Amino acid sequence: MPELCEIAATVNGVAVRRTAPARTVLAAFLRDDLGLTGTKVSCALQVCGVCAVLVDGEPVSSCTYLAVDIDGREVVTVEGLAGADGLHPLQQAFVDHFALQCGFCTPGFLIMAKALLDRVPDPTQEEVVEHLEGNICRCTGYRPIVAAVLDAAARMTEARG
Amino acid sequence: MTPKVAGHSVPRADGVAKVTGQATYTVDVTLPGMLHGVAVRAERAHARISGIDTSAALALPGVAAVVTAADLEGLFPRFGHIVADHPILAIDRVRYWGEPVALVLAGSVDEANDAAAAVEVDYEDLPTVMDVEAALSDVAPLLHEVSYEGGDASFRTLSGGAPVPGRDSNVAHEASVAWGDVELALAEAEIVVDTTMRYPMLYAYAMEPYNAVADFRGDSLEVVSTAQHPFMVREDLARVFGLPLSRVRVRVPFVGGGYGSKSYTKVEPLAAVGSWAAGRPVKLVLTVEESIYTTRVDAAVVHVRSGFAADGRILARDVTITMDSGAYADNSPMVLGKAVNRCFGPYRIPNLRVHGRSVYTNTVPASSYRGFGAPQGALAGEANIDQAAERLGIDPGELRRRNLLARGEELLPGKRPLDADIAADLDLLVTSLEEGAPQDRRWYGIGFGVSASDAGAFPVSTAAVKVLPDGSVLVLNGSVEMGQGSRTVLAQIAAEELGVALDQVAVEQSDTGTVPYERTTGASRTTALAGLAIARACGDLRRRARGMAAEVLGCEPDDLADAPGGVVGPDGGTLSFGGIVARWFGSAAGEITGIGLVRRGDDTAVMPPFWEIGCSGVAVRVDPETGYVVVDQLVTVGDVGFAINPAGVEGQDLGAATQGLGAALYEELVYDGPHPINPNVVDYRVPHAGDMPRRIDTILAQRHDGIGPFGAKGAGEGSLNPIGSAVAAAIARATGRWPTELPLTPERVWRLLQEPDPGT
Repeated sequence: MPELCEIAATVNGVAVRRTAPARTVLAAFLRDDLGLTGTKVSCALQVCGVCAVLVDGEPVSSCTYLAVDIDGREVVTVEGLAGADGLHPLQQAFVDHFALQCGFCTPGFLIMAKALLDRVPDPTQEEVVEHLEGNICRCTGYRPIVAAVLDAAARMTEARG
Repeated sequence: MTPKVAGHSVPRADGVAKVTGQATYTVDVTLPGMLHGVAVRAERAHARISGIDTSAALALPGVAAVVTAADLEGLFPRFGHIVADHPILAIDRVRYWGEPVALVLAGSVDEANDAAAAVEVDYEDLPTVMDVEAALSDVAPLLHEVSYEGGDASFRTLSGGAPVPGRDSNVAHEASVAWGDVELALAEAEIVVDTTMRYPMLYAYAMEPYNAVADFRGDSLEVVSTAQHPFMVREDLARVFGLPLSRVRVRVPFVGGGYGSKSYTKVEPLAAVGSWAAGRPVKLVLTVEESIYTTRVDAAVVHVRSGFAADGRILARDVTITMDSGAYADNSPMVLGKAVNRCFGPYRIPNLRVHGRSVYTNTVPASSYRGFGAPQGALAGEANIDQAAERLGIDPGELRRRNLLARGEELLPGKRPLDADIAADLDLLVTSLEEGAPQDRRWYGIGFGVSASDAGAFPVSTAAVKVLPDGSVLVLNGSVEMGQGSRTVLAQIAAEELGVALDQVAVEQSDTGTVPYERTTGASRTTALAGLAIARACGDLRRRARGMAAEVLGCEPDDLADAPGGVVGPDGGTLSFGGIVARWFGSAAGEITGIGLVRRGDDTAVMPPFWEIGCSGVAVRVDPETGYVVVDQLVTVGDVGFAINPAGVEGQDLGAATQGLGAALYEELVYDGPHPINPNVVDYRVPHAGDMPRRIDTILAQRHDGIGPFGAKGAGEGSLNPIGSAVAAAIARATGRWPTELPLTPERVWRLLQEPDPGT
C-alpha cells in the first residue's frame, strides 16, 4: 500500500484533517477528497494556469503541488472567493464584462487575479497582462478578462475610499 | 415591435455558476461504485499487434479489469458517423502512435495509471506513411484495405461528394465542384496567378480534455460526456451495443470548450465498453496529451490558380486541396466537402474547378475544427486575391469589391442566394484598419480578407417550451452550452416571444433522455436553427394557450389576442399564462407545452440555412532582426443579421479571431518520425494574454437578413476564417516577401527576410 500522510490545513477558512497517499496532488485532494470541484485541471504541466489556488496567499499550480505540502497552511480556492455579502468584486466584474465563455479557465484566472490585487491594488493594464501570462484562455481572446480585472481593481479601490 | 430582451447584452445565464466554481462539467461527475479507466496507447505508428500481456497489470492493487479488442465479442467494435472505420480498441493492428490498445480499469486514477504501464504489448512493425506525399506514392502501404459499412448517409448529399471507389489507395474521400470552362478562361486571362499555401496540423486545445462517465446496466446505457453532438453520439453507442436509441441516454453538462473538436463520437465508446466489461460505472478522463492523440485538425496544402482580366475581374479559378486526415475518417470527409465549397470565396467566378482529396496517414485522426474547411481553403484562396492585386496594381480592397457577389446572387448553383452585404462589411473593415494605423509604417503591414461559409449544417432542430403554473417558462432543446452562450441567447428568444421577464425563463439542454432532438451543436447553427425551433415552440404554446383561455372564458380563440405574458380578451382584460394553466386544469397544477420543429422546409428548404460571413483583418509590425511579429490591430465585422446578445457575439468574434491568430503565428503540431514531438501545451504554443493586439475593433453589421429569430444568422466561426491569409498578407506587405505556410513563427519570418528582396 502507498504511504499515507496526515494533512491538517485550512481550506477556504475551514479546518480540514485527512490522510492521503503521499503522491496525491493538491488538485486531486481538493476535488476528490474535499469535493471542491471548482478547481480544474488541464495541461497538468504548470503552464495553463487552470488549476491555480492560493497557498498562504501565494498562487500555486495544484496539478503538480503535492497535497501533503499544504499541511499547516491556508488554502483558498475559487469556492472561497465569495463572501457572506455576495460575489467577490473580481467575480462580479468577470460576469459584467463577459470575461468567460466555457468557464473552464475562469477559476484559475480569478485566483491569479486575486493574488495580483492582494499585492498590487491598483495595477496598470501592462501589469495585469504580465501577471496573467501564465493563464491560458481559448475562448475569449483575453481582452474582457483584462478589462474585468482592471474594473474590479477600480471598484475595490473605490470601496476602500 | 422593438425587442425588449433580444438585442441586449444581458449577463450570461451561466456567469455566476462559472465564477463561483459551482458549474458542473463532465470531469466533475462521479457515480457510486465508479471505476477509473486509463487507456494503454500504441507506441508504434503502424504495426501488427502480436500479443498483449495483461497479467502483470491485473496483479496490481485496485485493478478490476483490462479490456482489449478480444473482449468485445458480441459488440459492434467500431464507430464513426460517416465511415465506421474507427475501432474502439485497436483490432489486431495499430494505425497511429497513441491509438488505444487496451483499457485498464481500477479503483483510482493512480492505480489505473500504474497498471497501464504494466500492460505489455508486442508489435510487428509495418511500413508507415507519415505524410500525404508518402501516402499517395505508388508503393504506399494501405492503411485500410477494406471499405467499411457507412454511417450517416447525409454526408453523401455534400456537394460533389462521391463514394470512395474501393480501397486501392489511401485517399479517404474526394470532393469536387466545377462549372464553366476553366482551361479556356485561363488561356484568355490577362494574368494568371498561382498560389500554394500550407495550412498547419493543429490541435484545438479545448481546455477540458475529452472525458466521459459511462454506466452500462444490461439493457440500457447512460453516458455523461463532453460531446458537442449528444444525439449523434447516441447513434454510435446504440450500434455498438445493439440497443434501441431509447435505451441509450447521453447527457452533456457544461463543456469546457469545443471549437468543433468535440463534434461527433470520441471517448464515449471506450468508457462504455469499459462499463459493459466490468459491470460497474467507468470514468475515463484523458490528459491533454491523450486528447491530442484523439483528434486534431486537418492539415492541408491548397493550390489556387486564378485568371484575371486587366480590370481585375476574376475569369476563372482552379483549386486543388490535399488534406492530411490521419488514420481514421472521423469527420474529415465533411471538412473536405466544406473546404471545397469555401476555398474560392464569395466572388463572381464564371469558370470554376475545385478538386479535393482527404488522405489517410499514420497520424492522429483529424476532424472538425472551428471554421470547418474554410480556414484551410480561404488561406490560399484569399492570399491568391492579394497576390493578384499586387500584380494588377489594384488596391486589394478594390479588387475584392470588383468581384464580390451582391446580395441575392448565387455563390453555388441551386444553393441559397447570398443573404449578406459583404461589400459593405468590407468597407467597415478597411476603414477601421486604416483609422487605427500609426504614422510610422516601417515594417508595418495591413492584411484582410473575406469568406462565406455554407453554415448551419443540416437543419433538423426541435424544441419544447413550457409554461408552468406560476407563469414561469422552461425551454427544452438538445443543443450544448460549450461557452458560446446558447443558454443565454435561447432564453432571450423565449422571453421575447412570450413577453415574460428573462429571470422567469430557464433553459434545459443536451440530455437525449429528456430534451427534444437537436442534430448538432456546430456550424454556428444554434442561435438561428435551435432559436427558430424555440420561436416556433413559443408560437405553438401561444396557440394552445389561446385555445385553453377561450374554453375558460367561454369565447372563441379568435376573440383573443396575444399579450405580453398571456392573452387579452375581447373586453380588454388580460389573462396570464399562469392564470390559463390554473383555470384550465382547475388548480395550480399542470402546464402548457408548445412544440417547435425545423426541417428542410419553409424558411430552411434551401440549403444552406444561412451564409456565415467572415470579414476580418489585422495589422502587424515585424521586427526585421528577429522575425518576431506583433499584431498591432485586429478588426472583425460580424455580419450576423441581428445580434440577440451583442456582447456575446463580439466575444465569439474576438475568440474566433484569436484562435485564427494562433494558427497564423504560433500553433503547429509537428511530426518528426512516428509521433508528434510537441503533444503538450508547453511545446504547442497557443495565444497568451501578452499576444493581445494593441487595438481591437469588433464591429457588428446587423441587417436582419437571416432566417433565425428577428433576422439572426449564426456567428462564431466566420471571424476566424480570413485571419490566416490576412496575417500572411500583412507580413508580405511589411516585408516585401510572400510566405507560403503557417504558422509564421519568428524563425519562419526571419528566414523569409533572408531571401533576396524581390523588389531589387
